Amino acid sequence: MRGPTEEPAWLRRLLCLLAAAVLVVFFLLPLAAVFTEALRRGLAPALAALADPDALAALRLTLLVAAIAVPVNTVGGIAAAWAIAKFEFRGKRLLTTLIDLPFSVSPVISGLVYVLLFGAQGWFGPWLQRHGIEIIFALPGLVLATIFVTFPFVARTLIPLMQAQGRAEEEAAATLGSSGWQSFRRVTLPNIRWALLSGVLLCNARAMGEFGAVSVVSGHVRGETNTLPLHVEILYNEYQFVGAFAVAALLALLALVTLGAKALLERLTGRKLAGA
Amino acid sequence: MKQPLPGLGLALGLTWLWLGLIVLVPLAALVIRPWELGAAGVWAVVTEPRVLAALRLSFGAALLAALVDLPIGLLVAWVVVRYRFPGRRLLDAAVDLPFALPTAVAGLALTALYAPNGWLGAPLAALGIKVAFTPLGVAVALAFVGLPFVVRSVEPVLRDLARDAEEAAAMLGATRAQTWWRVLLPALGPALASGVALAFARAVGEYGSVIFIAGNTPMLSEIAPLLIVVQLEQFDYAAAAAIGLAMLALSFLLLLGFNLLQRRLRRGLA
Repeated sequence: MRGPTEEPAWLRRLLCLLAAAVLVVFFLLPLAAVFTEALRRGLAPALAALADPDALAALRLTLLVAAIAVPVNTVGGIAAAWAIAKFEFRGKRLLTTLIDLPFSVSPVISGLVYVLLFGAQGWFGPWLQRHGIEIIFALPGLVLATIFVTFPFVARTLIPLMQAQGRAEEEAAATLGSSGWQSFRRVTLPNIRWALLSGVLLCNARAMGEFGAVSVVSGHVRGETNTLPLHVEILYNEYQFVGAFAVAALLALLALVTLGAKALLERLTGRKLAGA
Repeated sequence: MKQPLPGLGLALGLTWLWLGLIVLVPLAALVIRPWELGAAGVWAVVTEPRVLAALRLSFGAALLAALVDLPIGLLVAWVVVRYRFPGRRLLDAAVDLPFALPTAVAGLALTALYAPNGWLGAPLAALGIKVAFTPLGVAVALAFVGLPFVVRSVEPVLRDLARDAEEAAAMLGATRAQTWWRVLLPALGPALASGVALAFARAVGEYGSVIFIAGNTPMLSEIAPLLIVVQLEQFDYAAAAAIGLAMLALSFLLLLGFNLLQRRLRRGLA
């Protein structure tokens, strides 16, 4: 017999079937399509597309951009979460809202704002040109746009957790005579390490996969200012479909690894960690 | 009160520096730059037919996608929280895929899937429904990127929802359908509204997953972010900034509306 707070069995079965259909149509088929198209002519052409010098240059650039952007946002995110979760101060609400701002801005606008500042006709454009400094259509522009779009990830994962943990343990450490750095390293950091790792992973996945923002500031010079997602677009527009889907499949693998690691971390901590 | 913990000054200073340099100064440029065209010039840019068509498509398709995500997201959240079935874990993990998958990859995948010769595109084409390279394709891509927002907003509320209200309703003789309508949906209302608002906000500005499937025909399937890129390619910074500012202002107004709705739903609860 069914309980009073349960749906009839046929309805439960129907809902599960519908959910399974959503899983297949929304999530599994798109993934399968990427890998099928990449391997349409077998493994060799797909691997050849990945070993292409332009693809390798794009891979190196993607890794370099992420290697700069992710640490910057990790340090900033920890500082913001520390201040917001452990202290009361004026303007806290405003600060929390502002940190989330980049998530509600179109990626294209995230790139546009740096062009408005540093582009040829930007506020600082003429000055930069006179001094021979390149930001737009060069590495610094790519890094800035990437930092902008991945800005909130670490702070957002840490703030709810650190708020829940409160400040009792740090205060205990302080009364026992530990300095601020000591208690941060020995008390706070161990308490937040898994959430921090999860935030860094999500931040990294977005940094390596960002398209719109870097597309605006990149200039699309092959082998120089082309990241992997931009390389996908170039190949696709040149009708090199196997190559485009092969690079896309590599990026999809990165996403799958990130999701797997996040699920593992959630099991370790026994709680749901904030997403994007 | 004296703060017994050290580090507030350093942390706050670092945070405001990081925020100011990366976010606030650049966004100030977006707010100031358009006005070098003059108010009339800004108005002329954003009311150009091609721009108006793109804004209508971006906002219309985003709203449609968010509303489609509402029942699907509720279904997925409900099934994941309340039922046990094979594949539940997989479904729960897969929900985050649109967060983690690079947008260009999502765009390519959906285009391959819904193209006239694709796995889903071919049967739909046989029914006379064209998805890829039409406004419908734009909505499909936006529904994909928005779905996790609805699921992840509703799921924690559903998990924390005490069963006793449902039990009480059943004891008082309510049918399960009445309990759904009178007890469950009102309790989930605010979370649903905020999930839809988040999905909408993300969808309005979405670029990478849309431009491949949209076909980008002027006046028909061009999204507003694409027009910003077009203006930038012609080095018309002020016009690009004007479109960007119009997008931000419009979505701010709509999100304000969502917020009011959410507050009303919450007051209905109390």
